[in-house]
Amino acid sequence: MKRQHPEISLHVLVKTLGCAIKKSYFLRKHRCLTMESQKQVLERLRGAFRSGVTRPVQFRLTQLQAMMSLFEDNETQILEAMHKDLAKPKFEAVLSEIELVVNDICCTISNLQTWMQDSYVGTNLATKLDDCFVRREPLGVVLIIGAWNYPLQLVVSPLIGAIAAGNCAILKPSEISQATEKLIAELIPKYLSQECYAVICGGAEETKTLLENRFDHIFYTGSQSVARCILQAAAVHLTPVTLELGGKCPCLIYGRLDMKAAAKRLVWAKFFNAGQSCVAPDYVLCTAETREMLLPFIKEALESFYGSEPEQSPDMGRIVTDRHWNRLVELLKKSEGKVVIGGESVKETKYIAPTVVVDVKESDALMQEEIFGPILPILTIKSLNEGIDFMNEREKPLALYAFSDESQVVATVLERTSSGGFCSNDGIAHMTLPGLPFGGVGASGMGNYHGRWSFETFSHKRGCMLRGWGLERVNVLRYPPYTESNLSWLRWATTAKKKGWASCSVM
Amino acid sequence: MSSPPSPSPTRWFKALRRTRIEDLCLKSGAAACAEVLKRARAAFRARRTAQDSFRLAQLEALVRMLMDHECDFVDALGRDVHKPRFETVMSELMIVKSEALHTISNLKKWMEVQHIERNWAAAFDECLLVNEPLGVVLIIGNWTSPLQLCLVPLVGAIAAGNCVIISPSETCTHTAELLHRLIPAYLDNECFHSVVAAAHEIPEMIDLKFDHVFFFGDKENGIKVAQAAARTLARVTLVLSGKNPCYVDSQCDINTTARRITWARFHNAGQSAVAPDYILCHVDAKDNLLQALRCALLQFYGTDPRESRSFGRMVNEEIFNKAKDQLWRSGKVFIGGQVNDMERYIAPTVLTEVVESDPIMQQDVFGPILPILTVQDADEAVAFINSREKPLCVYAYSSNNKVISKIMNETSSGSFCLNDSVLQSVMVGMPFGGVGASGMGSYHGRYSFDAFSHKKSCLLRTTRIECMTYLRYPPYEDRNLSLVSLASSLNLRSQGWCTIL
Repeated sequence: MKRQHPEISLHVLVKTLGCAIKKSYFLRKHRCLTMESQKQVLERLRGAFRSGVTRPVQFRLTQLQAMMSLFEDNETQILEAMHKDLAKPKFEAVLSEIELVVNDICCTISNLQTWMQDSYVGTNLATKLDDCFVRREPLGVVLIIGAWNYPLQLVVSPLIGAIAAGNCAILKPSEISQATEKLIAELIPKYLSQECYAVICGGAEETKTLLENRFDHIFYTGSQSVARCILQAAAVHLTPVTLELGGKCPCLIYGRLDMKAAAKRLVWAKFFNAGQSCVAPDYVLCTAETREMLLPFIKEALESFYGSEPEQSPDMGRIVTDRHWNRLVELLKKSEGKVVIGGESVKETKYIAPTVVVDVKESDALMQEEIFGPILPILTIKSLNEGIDFMNEREKPLALYAFSDESQVVATVLERTSSGGFCSNDGIAHMTLPGLPFGGVGASGMGNYHGRWSFETFSHKRGCMLRGWGLERVNVLRYPPYTESNLSWLRWATTAKKKGWASCSVM
Repeated sequence: MSSPPSPSPTRWFKALRRTRIEDLCLKSGAAACAEVLKRARAAFRARRTAQDSFRLAQLEALVRMLMDHECDFVDALGRDVHKPRFETVMSELMIVKSEALHTISNLKKWMEVQHIERNWAAAFDECLLVNEPLGVVLIIGNWTSPLQLCLVPLVGAIAAGNCVIISPSETCTHTAELLHRLIPAYLDNECFHSVVAAAHEIPEMIDLKFDHVFFFGDKENGIKVAQAAARTLARVTLVLSGKNPCYVDSQCDINTTARRITWARFHNAGQSAVAPDYILCHVDAKDNLLQALRCALLQFYGTDPRESRSFGRMVNEEIFNKAKDQLWRSGKVFIGGQVNDMERYIAPTVLTEVVESDPIMQQDVFGPILPILTVQDADEAVAFINSREKPLCVYAYSSNNKVISKIMNETSSGSFCLNDSVLQSVMVGMPFGGVGASGMGSYHGRYSFDAFSHKKSCLLRTTRIECMTYLRYPPYEDRNLSLVSLASSLNLRSQGWCTIL
């Protein structure tokens, strides 16, 4: 039997109090430290950039190799973190978080020397003896802000481009996907040069403070409303920004097509990562007949993917937080459509069943915001034109999908609509190819990345002209005192166009 | 087709009756902009600009406009800023014409769909890059080169298939009025419009929502444009004037250097965003440079530049007073320094003994004033340049390869030119734009086309061939995972492939 010793009690009390005092002092100091250290981090990176250490190709390649090692050595930890944050099945995590990025790294390493080369420009007679070329130069210190749905990929993929282009970078992973945030904060300093790359963690407040600083480029993946704040903050410093924003990605299904295959692809793209992808098909537009034929195949596809009880399937993901789960459940409640598949949800596990809703009208709750979850509304249209007009009346989306085996239908949709990217007879796949730029337009964003496009995004294309002292006799024509005869000669010299020469003007 | 020579400056000023902006029937301000924007949007939605034949016709019309009205443009610019005919033709009209002709001959190629390298997983698909127009573009010109800065971006915007609203600078009233009159006479009336607006009205115009805004101007207004564009998520291309440094090395052909610098600095009476703003002269070259500059000025403008037909005037009182102020409160006048208030004339002036704290080093120079600072060597020059904001252009005059490399590699700027100035900003094949405080985005030639386009990635798949696709479906199996990884990493051309298994 333990006797309560008064001294022990006092000791415990003092200790507890002391801890509490220390903790609050530490928290206050830490908060200040965080703010101060943001500036310190930035200064350190600026100093590193100014010293020129990131410029040589060897340095960049070494850092990229280190990134490769980061993925090779830590696959298990990465998969664990994904699972903690989003219950991401191993297959999805490997494909969308590891494979995609590793492919990007490989592509960058193999091609970096080529990308870094100066590109030469043709000249006309008056500048014939000169060198005109375009160099790609690094910008400086860039800021990369990630999102929670693909927490690793969305931060690391732009980082590859930033490193390749010779910049220093600060990463701000999403605070919502906490396990991945912690992992990134631990691994990046372990593998990459701490002088040139840093991770800053925090929520909205810390990000706001961070944005008061000046960066040479900001890369943001996330929502439109936050994007506006970021653009405002960047405008003051004249910082260029790349925005990868969401939106409602429409999926038009029309004409003759292989329903079974189409249903499988649609279901895969929609319910991958439990519908939490910025490029997931948000809603479907099809005729009533198509819908009747499609629904059984969708049901069949869902069963073949996740079984008769998707909640038990290890391959079905979960919603990231309770707040997001609540939002989705509310949306479904408010919707006036008819739930024909799914509709179940479990709060404790943040599970929502793969759900299909039909008879959805334009004014429905599901059509007022980006769904970002495993709920698929199907709207009915009467004709292809109606579908195209419907899509064109709304903001330009990040991705637009058309399912049809009639090439004319696909061509019409492609030509008459505008979107960040386009894919026919599939979903999401177009963003996995490193040769294709991935980015939005209009409300879905500005700028792009992936592969070479990342390198270009984080570079400045500097036009350089190296003239010699010769050809002064031609130059003399442009000097005052101005005469008509000189003018005539110059007109001829600058517009002389021979085969293979690009015409350009000179004064 | 000969045109009358520029009138003698002093006589011209006496004869000039300036038309006030209120007398001209110009659409101005945000209200007018809203109206034309609606029309332009409707025209864009109706896909008027989609076909290459339409775009080519508009570009050809633009070239005709420049050729038919060469005299009118010379006259307008003469009235606005006393630009000599030679300069108007070479630095305004010819540049736009070259740009338009280059675009016309390359448009079909630029509009072509680009096919992209595929991997094995996409072996039976088509991977394309399609250039799409953005919608309605706003181009805000600038008074330093009122024609060129409006019309060169216009060429790119038309080529990319957009509808455009241009806003020529109201500072050059006659040029603005002329453009305003001619554009509807040559270009499609629904797709292309001209609106004149004061600087303070521009953010309001941008709030009306454009798909892209092109702005050429100073940093302060550039920030306001960026802030307005941020509210509507509009893309921007900003080309912002700043202080362009020019390093003159001890090893260079000093006479040619002096002539080229003189030409660059004093044409358009120094009112240029791309001219060398100040010289960083190597201490050993200074005396020679000063003498050579004196010779060049004499050769170009004679003993009294006020009587020269090749020399211009300040565009308005505000610019004139600012330049005068900079001149009088900075350094020591070595050559020039004379002013004439009535004509808004400032003589081509070279200042020595300038220090960093002088007014002329604190603001952009828009006037025929060239400050010269002395440096010990290229290192000091580089350090000086890097202590300031990234400029639009960095210039260097040298024959020493080490020095050239140093300046080029250790500084950053929108563009760079060795042993000459300004030319790199008008080459059709080279991107021209700023970086950091001198702006973002670039234009000219193909770069204009790209600036005003959206590159849409397209993957065209077929449902008939499943190929590798089934491997990715749930229920997920590790074996399938390996196969999918392999297929997606293998490049079809077997170049640079790597396996991650």
